[in-house]
Amino acid sequence: MITHDKIERNLGLMIVLTLLVVSVGGLVEIVPLFFQKSTTQPVPGLKPYSAAQLAGRDVYIREGCYNCHSQMIRPFRAETERYGHYSVAGEFVYDHPFQWGSKRTGPDLHRVGGRYSDEWHVAHLMQPRDVVPESNMPAYPWLAQRAAKDSVGADIEAKMKALSKVGVPYTEEDMKGAKAAIGDMTEMDVLIAYLQGLGTALKDAK
Amino acid sequence: MSDFVNEFWNWYVIVTVLVSVIGCAVLLWVQSKANFTAGKTCGHVWDETLEEYNNPMPKWWSWLFYITVVFSLVYLVLYPGLGSFQGVFGWSSAGQHKAEVEKADAAVKPLFDKYLQMDLKAVAADKEAMEMGKRLYLTYCMQCHGSDARGSKGFPNLTDADWLYGGEPELIVETIANGRNGVMPAYGGNPEAVGGASGAKEVAHYVRSLSGLAHDSLLATKGKEKFETACAACHGPDGKGMHALGAPNLTDKVWLYGSSEAAIVETITKGRQNKMPAWKEFLGDGKVHVLSAYVFGLSAGDKQ
Repeated sequence: MITHDKIERNLGLMIVLTLLVVSVGGLVEIVPLFFQKSTTQPVPGLKPYSAAQLAGRDVYIREGCYNCHSQMIRPFRAETERYGHYSVAGEFVYDHPFQWGSKRTGPDLHRVGGRYSDEWHVAHLMQPRDVVPESNMPAYPWLAQRAAKDSVGADIEAKMKALSKVGVPYTEEDMKGAKAAIGDMTEMDVLIAYLQGLGTALKDAK
Repeated sequence: MSDFVNEFWNWYVIVTVLVSVIGCAVLLWVQSKANFTAGKTCGHVWDETLEEYNNPMPKWWSWLFYITVVFSLVYLVLYPGLGSFQGVFGWSSAGQHKAEVEKADAAVKPLFDKYLQMDLKAVAADKEAMEMGKRLYLTYCMQCHGSDARGSKGFPNLTDADWLYGGEPELIVETIANGRNGVMPAYGGNPEAVGGASGAKEVAHYVRSLSGLAHDSLLATKGKEKFETACAACHGPDGKGMHALGAPNLTDKVWLYGSSEAAIVETITKGRQNKMPAWKEFLGDGKVHVLSAYVFGLSAGDKQ
């Protein structure tokens, strides 16, 4: 019989047994997720981000929007009343990585797509207090002055190529037309394109 | 939700979970049978004087572990955890949300049904309904129209008696339920008639003259003709606007995008696009009704 005396005097055995014990949680809770339909298959109607949206997503990440905004509506009535249908795993299969976030200083943004007009987003990003005087969100006026093609859009084709390698169904035409699709859009334009597409794949409002 | 791509993963989870839980129980039992000599050390010394006893675990501690084993087995019978097995309770987070929503809906439905039966003006006079309307407004509307409902540049003030699409109760319901798309084309869609940027300046002076603002009367006279060709179709020959098209009244003191010459020239040369989202699907008829009554009540009795 293996006693703890034997294990503690045999480093190799201890390492093997420790690894076995700590891997149980991951083996049961993480590994099977890669073999589940609800976590690996897109919900009907989910489209990969357009070139502009993908560039906008990089603005979102660069500016640290995820520090204050989550993109994960939990299945609680208090959240679905305010934001809309709770998030489901199949909506995030083209996100590498997803932007669920973990903290809400501002509201959840998963269903912000179509909630406000583009003009509202421009006014709000230029100076949040112009439209919501109580807001403590910082202003992002410089986004309107910088061309997306010089920053987040500069290597858009390479980004799309990398994403297609991990399963996002971009076609050759998508990649070839990516630069043209971004054109002269500003960083603010592409960020708004990204925001307006968020959470719109699911057709149920509630 | 467990919808594995094949049956293997179902059994993979079940076997791994059960083997690890039962393995813990076996380990506890085997260790409790091991021979210990109380007070004997493991035999090694380090840091000069530190030694380690080889005593068994205290009984209360091993019993706590046995309880966790029993708890986990009971839990796995009642709740989902063993592969695709849903558990005796059939619990799911989506199901819990559904039950929560149904319970709340059952509680508030009679209230909204009561208001839906009532005329919107009567709802606007109901104190309780207006309290509800205020909460709804602060959740869904204040982001654009402001927490004081006075709006801002591009977002209409709801507290005055001026309405882009009409302030009749049924028109407010229509605006909230189905949204509005406001489009003013650049130069009213007729750049030749306006005559470019210089013509836009003349029209701007005429528009300012309509509400008695300071203007150059020579430019305004030139602008009048152009206004009648390019702008009157929507804003009316007298500039009083048209609710059916959401064309604002230009003769009052309410300016959605500003009344300065520069702001009006910008409006004329670039056009304006505005959008009120539709809320019918998201909020449902009851909430739209109460919200409409609240918005109606904000300016009720207010004479322009």
